[in-house]
Amino acid sequence: MSGIGSVIIRSEGGEGSGGESFHAPGPADFDLPAIGGGHDTFSMFGQDFVAGVTKPMLQIVLAGVLVFVFFYLASRKRAMVPGKLQFVGEEAYGFARNSLGRDIIGSHDFARFVPYLFTLFFFILLNNLFATIPFIQFPTFSRSGMVYGLALLSWVIYNAVGIRKHGFLGYLKLQCVPSGIGGPMLLLLVPLEFMSNILVRPVTLALRLFCNMFAGHLLLILFALGGEYLIVEMGGAYAPVGVLAWVLFALVAFLEILIQFLQAYVFVLLNAMYIQGALADEH
Amino acid sequence: MDGNLNMIGYGLAAIGPGVGIGLIFAAYISGVARQPEAQSRLQSIAILGFALAEALAIIGIALAFVL
Repeated sequence: MSGIGSVIIRSEGGEGSGGESFHAPGPADFDLPAIGGGHDTFSMFGQDFVAGVTKPMLQIVLAGVLVFVFFYLASRKRAMVPGKLQFVGEEAYGFARNSLGRDIIGSHDFARFVPYLFTLFFFILLNNLFATIPFIQFPTFSRSGMVYGLALLSWVIYNAVGIRKHGFLGYLKLQCVPSGIGGPMLLLLVPLEFMSNILVRPVTLALRLFCNMFAGHLLLILFALGGEYLIVEMGGAYAPVGVLAWVLFALVAFLEILIQFLQAYVFVLLNAMYIQGALADEH
Repeated sequence: MDGNLNMIGYGLAAIGPGVGIGLIFAAYISGVARQPEAQSRLQSIAILGFALAEALAIIGIALAFVL
């Protein structure tokens, strides 16, 4: 605490080598400029947007292309005894098919959802790993708009699946009326279940992925910039603290790789669970 | 130093999900210790519970920046 206090006194007094005060990173650091500097703005939904292509837009397209190319190459020469590439592709497919599809949705009708779940998992995983891959180092889904698209897609899919199987009213009854409860408790529970199962689900689904990527990247920016400030601007006795910050940066970066995998897994797991819930028969 | 009271509020709000996630994984570990063959089944349940408890912390961090 006293260290933080003396930072302020020093930077206010301007006796440090640079004399520049430290600006903590914030959400504004995620507003990347358009590539090539687009200056045309247009307004939509009461907000001003810059017309142009930004880095996360390129990344999301790149991820789609890379996932397609990898699995196309892995499955192009299908041999009885798989080569290295085919083996990796099959292991990846088997993981998504078995642990995300079959174990959650059930062996009866999981097969038609496997392409969606499988693609979604590797697409999200690659987009998350962009935060760690050198020279890219920006998680695509730390821009919330990217995630809302995926959440909308999953919302449409699980509702459409449920409505197709049970009919509109039957599906609403399945999602909103908990079984085994009768009488006046239903007045309380039906609106709650409707809120939680139909309205809030896509929001939490999107926010979970977005905020994990956002918070992780923000933490890394803080460690990197804070360490740099301590070493370069403060110097002297503060420099070892800056080195410590960089060590922590490396450790947190490894933790981030774990979180990136886990969030891709959780997103697809919840997708599969919502589909399973929409398909479930009434008890 | 600039700062925001929101961040202290978020720190306090993260205690609840922290305790919750700890309890979920404690139950998962003791479940696997008693019955190792149930691991694959327990794992997805544990991760689901983790994701749901974590959602509270996540909503907190979103609101800390928005409010």
